[in-house]
Amino acid sequence: MKNPVVVAIISAVVTVFVLLILLVMLMPMIGPRFLHPMMMASEGMHAQNQPQGLDTATTKPSDAGNFVLGWASESGSVPLNQIHSWVVTVIMADGTPVEDAIIVVDGGMPQHGHGLPTQPQVTQYLGNGQYLVEGLRFQMPGWWEVRFGVTSDNTTDSVTFNLVME
Amino acid sequence: MKRIVLIVGLLLVMVTVGVAGWFATFPRWTEEELAILRGLSIDALPALPKDPSNRYGDDLAAARFGQALFFDTRLSSNGEVSCASCHQPDRSFTDGLALGEGVGTAGRKTMNIIGTAYSPWQFWDGRKDSQWAQALGPLESAVEHGGDRTFYARIIAQEYADQYQSIFGSLPDLSDQDRFPLNAGPVDDPLVNAAWEAMTQEDRDIVTQIFVNMGKAIAAYERRLLPGTTRFDLYVRAAIANDRTEMDRQMNEQEVAGLRLFIGRANCTQCHNGPLFTNNDFHNTGVPAVIGKAPDRGRADGVTQLLSDEFNCLGRWSDAGAEDCDELKFAIVEGEQLVGAFKPSSLRNITLTAPYMHAGQFASLDEVLMHYNHAPMAAVGHSELVPLHINRFEREDIIAFLATLEGGTSAGPEWLAAP
Repeated sequence: MKNPVVVAIISAVVTVFVLLILLVMLMPMIGPRFLHPMMMASEGMHAQNQPQGLDTATTKPSDAGNFVLGWASESGSVPLNQIHSWVVTVIMADGTPVEDAIIVVDGGMPQHGHGLPTQPQVTQYLGNGQYLVEGLRFQMPGWWEVRFGVTSDNTTDSVTFNLVME
Repeated sequence: MKRIVLIVGLLLVMVTVGVAGWFATFPRWTEEELAILRGLSIDALPALPKDPSNRYGDDLAAARFGQALFFDTRLSSNGEVSCASCHQPDRSFTDGLALGEGVGTAGRKTMNIIGTAYSPWQFWDGRKDSQWAQALGPLESAVEHGGDRTFYARIIAQEYADQYQSIFGSLPDLSDQDRFPLNAGPVDDPLVNAAWEAMTQEDRDIVTQIFVNMGKAIAAYERRLLPGTTRFDLYVRAAIANDRTEMDRQMNEQEVAGLRLFIGRANCTQCHNGPLFTNNDFHNTGVPAVIGKAPDRGRADGVTQLLSDEFNCLGRWSDAGAEDCDELKFAIVEGEQLVGAFKPSSLRNITLTAPYMHAGQFASLDEVLMHYNHAPMAAVGHSELVPLHINRFEREDIIAFLATLEGGTSAGPEWLAAP
């Protein structure tokens, strides 16, 4: 207790510490309104966070490896909250197009616990393993899953694509 | 000793001020947040898409005619109820009541009309897929307008013949009361219904055509009721330009805090997204049943009615080709997720439309937020809610933010009263 400089520094540090702890403890009461956005980086993005390293590939082998599926939006891009169509390509693992696949579509937003807002359907076979899927709509930004169940030649397999709507 | 304390103290103050000043130079919103805000602002609202099911949708004369019908109390069994009786322009086209009051009491709350031209579904349960088909529902409801098709067709022939014919062409002669009874239509009243059944198919079609055209005219009017620019929209424009003075002028700290919660922890944008603050889908949020009534099954029943509705997009009275009816063709028609699910209301002008929910179960926005906070079990089906853990102050912030979404309609005053 001899050196007044040490005393001053220690008391300053302790005061700052106490104030900080008080602020943190009061946080649930005062809410975020007095905080600068940079100090609460997660607040704004909570609902939109998707898991790190999400596989958003548009071509994938099916879960059991029976087929390879790929999708592309008919118009080239996936519009937000508009009904649109995809072209889904189904080939065998060796690259042969699958001509007679029966495809069912479902999906949803895993983080929000809801499914697709529409019931998309395959409406046309375009040839060369390509199928037109109509009636897709993604009504909000964030992580969506679209699952295709494919049945061909008594084999059923499925594949789940991830996409992130901006 | 004293001097040293003073110096250290001064240093501390300077560092604090410096750090605070440094923080203040940071942008208030991250790029990701700005993108979300832009998506909610009215500038993100696309040009009004055509309604292919209504070829008169963008016809000005039809809109004027529809406006006259909208405010005409003769279109009711007791001569006292018009569309505007419940859809009052100064309350964002609602009535301040829990349940609509026409010639009787409706089963659900009166809905806002502003911006519904953008929605693929009308009514809380989406049992109609166009504004014109929607407009015809209350006219035939025993508790709303209480009339029937021949009754309305006669009013058109007597009161609006010239206006009608200038838009839709010749008006058939309805004077033969044997062919066209005074009261006939597919309504609940068994006598009126029997009179309708007794008419020939051809005569019924003649009457239905007039009735459908009434709906299309009303829809042409309602299409023009689009949301006005709000303080929130001006704030977003300023935020994108990083104009802090203008940002501070449009929204105060509490409103901004509410906005931050709205797009963040309060999860509001899960359903209330896009420039109209609704995804126009159907969600079960566990809203309690009305006391003394069976729980409302919402979309689960609505979609059944939609599919069998003669006025739907694929029906013969629609002007749309099958290729224009994707929403109907690819609608989800069954599943647990439809049970007890309702369309989220647009939050634009929400402060004008209390009470809230499909039967006005909640008197205030605070009650609504408390419900979302607690996330109780649903009376029917499964609620999608999870408890939010937001406190009283945060609820106040969100409500303050919602008030910045008040902007009425961009339609001029000439559209907000009888022509």
